[in-house]
Amino acid sequence: MNNLIDLEKKINSELTTKINKSEIKHNQIYLETDKDDLIDVILFLKTNSDTKFKQLIDITVIDYPENNPRFQIVYLFLSHEYNQRVILKYSIAENEIIPSITSIFPAANWMEREVFDMYGVSFKDHPDLRRILTDYGFEGHPLRKDFPLTGHTEVRYSEDQKKVINEPVKLEQNYRNFDYESPWEGTKYIKEELENNDKKN
Amino acid sequence: MTKKIKNLNLNFGPQHPAAHGVLRLILELDGEVVEKADPHIGLLHRGTEKLIESKTYMQAVPYFDRLDYVAPMNQEHAFALATERVLELDVPIRAQYIRVIFCEIGRILSHILNVTTQAMDVGALTPTLWGFEEREKLMGFYERVSGSRLHANYFRAGGVHQDLPQGLEEDIAEFCETFPKIINDLENLLTENRIFKQRNVDIGVVTKEDALDYSFSGVMIRGSGVPWDLRKSQPYDCYEKLEFKIPVGKNGDCYDRYLCRIEEMKESVSIIKQCLAKMEKGPIKSLDGKISPPSKKEIKQSMEALIHHFKLFTEGYRVPKDEIYTAVEAPKGEFGVYLISDGSNKPYKCKIRAPGFSHLQSMDYLIKGHMLADVPAVLGSLDIVFGEVDR
Repeated sequence: MNNLIDLEKKINSELTTKINKSEIKHNQIYLETDKDDLIDVILFLKTNSDTKFKQLIDITVIDYPENNPRFQIVYLFLSHEYNQRVILKYSIAENEIIPSITSIFPAANWMEREVFDMYGVSFKDHPDLRRILTDYGFEGHPLRKDFPLTGHTEVRYSEDQKKVINEPVKLEQNYRNFDYESPWEGTKYIKEELENNDKKN
Repeated sequence: MTKKIKNLNLNFGPQHPAAHGVLRLILELDGEVVEKADPHIGLLHRGTEKLIESKTYMQAVPYFDRLDYVAPMNQEHAFALATERVLELDVPIRAQYIRVIFCEIGRILSHILNVTTQAMDVGALTPTLWGFEEREKLMGFYERVSGSRLHANYFRAGGVHQDLPQGLEEDIAEFCETFPKIINDLENLLTENRIFKQRNVDIGVVTKEDALDYSFSGVMIRGSGVPWDLRKSQPYDCYEKLEFKIPVGKNGDCYDRYLCRIEEMKESVSIIKQCLAKMEKGPIKSLDGKISPPSKKEIKQSMEALIHHFKLFTEGYRVPKDEIYTAVEAPKGEFGVYLISDGSNKPYKCKIRAPGFSHLQSMDYLIKGHMLADVPAVLGSLDIVFGEVDR
């Protein structure tokens, strides 16, 4: 469907119980679902003649270490036919295994490998779940918020051992994260004045 | 007597001139026929996404130059658009034209590199020599506007960093007059060339369905006959006001993709011409002092400007809590930025969607059953740049 509002209604009416929340923002539809309904929702979005989200744009994860469940898995889809985009999300806890969608979209293969590599989220029924971007033998999941920016190990060629070795990171000066953010929000009376002006206009 | 024949495993790269960077491709060969291809990537992984999370929005821009370093400003464009949409900023019309001009220059830069190196991969050296002369001129334009030939750091949320220096518009206009002749020269060398056609026609064929399934975009999907271009279908900046055509291929092979790129360069020249004709004098960045830094002159005269300058280059600006996916039509395909902001001065998360990542992933599907000599041809037509694949 070309109209975003109709499309949202259609998705909601067809998948009533499977969609927890839907919203239209920035000309895109944001959907929230559950892990168990994921495959059904994606199959519907791909095959239904009114949606036709035939292309998977990307898969990624947002890490909220203080939240429980910790991770949000995000799927981005595109429908060429109706020129629409949809963002599908669901939350999982740490160490939870989630279904792979490689059988529906072959392109998901590397995207899921990247998610596994960067966040340590495992996929069920993935044909070839290996690390992809990090080095052979790398440990840890770099894009998790609790992974330090400087990493844990550094690589160099050792003249003694005649091979490339991993060592704990040694820095002349530790990484410094300057917090420039000002806690000052502006004086109250100016804020009130601005709000009043907005109301008048 | 039976003899067991074992398949040969061959390491292609990571230091091979036809690997277009640091690709390690492990090929399983049965004689000269490729049975399986397993690309190992990540040798240029720098953790761009992690680094961006610890930088303010303005400091994050240079990282985008280092993704697809053949067309840096197109990447910056995606990030600038994402922040603008969250901040609900208006971009002055002159800034939009300048951005489009430089995006199209980036497209020509990228396509010259790809077309000529693809030709070199299959045995023609001359196009590279001719094409790179033109790239040098274009990078000269980059340098004059931003101060550096490659890593421009020129686009900002709300516009661009500086106005065009004097005389640049005329020089770009002059380039638009001379460049089509060079495209013709390249075409004379390649389009009907017997060897070039033998190496590219019917090699690496992608059907429409597979192009969708494998998340192809840009020339890779247009070469297979899907008329899809984000500049037309989801226009950003001033693309709506410009007239241009979208070249579409028929067979989805390497040769059609080459033809698409040649035609796209011609369209880019026409877009640049239109922009130069329509452009008027005016501001080049948002007038909001909380987002755009003031000019040197203002700092000397106005206290408010001085404070703005200080705040912008220490704290940066805060972006309200939101999430957005913004994509642009980069030379290689759909380049997207999925930005999560949390109301602070740094992005909470910035996922970069690189077109080359999806394209390279299909290598196994594309090359299966082809000869070993076709590997460079297919790889060349995928238009891979490792800066963006590895991020």
